[in-house]
Amino acid sequence: MQQGVSADIREPEGFLRGSSMISEIKASRIEFVISVPDITTSEGLLRPLSQGSTPRLIRVCKEDEGVGICAGLSYTGRRSLLLIQQTGLLDSVNAVRGVAVEYALPICMMVGLLEKEPGIPPKQSKRYGVRIVEPILDAMGIAYHEIEGDADVAKIGPAIDDAYAHSRPVVLLIGRRPS
Amino acid sequence: MKRDECLKVLARHVTDIDIVLPVYSAAFDWIDIRPHPLNYLSHGAMGLASSHALGLALGRPDRRIIVLDGDGSLLMNLGSLVTIAAAAPPNLFHFVCHNGTYEANGGHPIPGRGRVDFCGFARSAGYPTVREFSDLNIFEQQIGALLAGPGPVFADLKITSSGPQERDYSRLHGPHVRQAFRAALAAASL
Repeated sequence: MQQGVSADIREPEGFLRGSSMISEIKASRIEFVISVPDITTSEGLLRPLSQGSTPRLIRVCKEDEGVGICAGLSYTGRRSLLLIQQTGLLDSVNAVRGVAVEYALPICMMVGLLEKEPGIPPKQSKRYGVRIVEPILDAMGIAYHEIEGDADVAKIGPAIDDAYAHSRPVVLLIGRRPS
Repeated sequence: MKRDECLKVLARHVTDIDIVLPVYSAAFDWIDIRPHPLNYLSHGAMGLASSHALGLALGRPDRRIIVLDGDGSLLMNLGSLVTIAAAAPPNLFHFVCHNGTYEANGGHPIPGRGRVDFCGFARSAGYPTVREFSDLNIFEQQIGALLAGPGPVFADLKITSSGPQERDYSRLHGPHVRQAFRAALAAASL
C-alpha cells in the first residue's frame, strides 16, 4: 500500500509548500474541502484554503461527519477532500470502515500527523499516536502516501485520481507543517 | 402518529426526482411505502445519514434531499445539525422519527428520553425552519408547504412504532442498492 518510501531514516527535505499543495488539490478537481482543524496543516493549508472561494470549505464538528459528506458528494460526481488530523482519523475508523471501505467509495483523506518528527518514517516515530497510523491503514486495506517534502506533492493528484477511478479510499499523510 | 402512517402521508408529497435517506426502522417502512432507486439507503451506521444528506445536497442543489433520521441516530451525530445549519443548503429537509428508543437495537430507551428537545437543538444550531408534529392531521395539512419552502428545514416527528418488521439489512446495505442509486442519479442528470 505504501508508496515512495524505501529508506528507514530519510533526510528531511526541509520544506513543504502549502501553495504547491493547494495548486495540486485544485488541479485534482477537488471542489469541496471538508475539515476539522489540524495543527499540522492549520496555517500552511487550511488558513489559505479558508480565504479562497474554491474549493469550497465546509467546516464540520467531527471528522466522521466528513466521511458521510464526502460519500454523498461522491455520488453526485463532485470531488472532495477530507482534511483532518490523525486523531480524527482514528476517531472515525468505523465510518471509514463502513462507508469508505465496505461501500467502496472514493473518500480522499489528507491527514496531518500530529507531533511527527520530520525525517523519521511514521512507523518509526517515538509517538505512539503516529506510529500506529500506517499499520491500522494496512490492516484496513487502505492505500496511503507520505507527503513530507515538496517533491511528494506530485503524489497528491495521482492518488486522488486513482481513488475516483477505482472507487476506493486513499489517505495522504502529511508529515510536516506546510509553509 | 404511527410511523408508517406518517411516512405514507409524506410519500404523497415526494416526487420522482427527490432523494430520500431513511434510517433503520424508518428505512424498512419507507422502502415498502416508496420503493424507488433514488432512496439512498447505505449510510453506514452511527448516525451519519444527515451528513450523507448534506453531501448530496451540496452536490445536487437541483434536487430536494429528504433525510428521515432516527432519534438515536441523530443523538450520535448532533454536530451535524450545526454543520448543516452553517452550510445552509436550501434543498435539505431533515426529519427525525422520534419515538424515544433504539428500536432497531432492542428497543432500549435513548438517553434523556422524554426530556431531549430535538427542535431546541435544531433552533440553537441555526436551522431557520423548525417544526414539531405529533398529530397526523396537522402533519398532513402542513407537510406540503414545509417541503415547498426553502431549507434547511428540521421537523421532529413524534411517532410510535409501526410494529414488528422484517429487517433484511441487505435491502439497505447490499451493493445492488448503491448501484441502483448511482445509476438512477446519473440517468437523471442526462
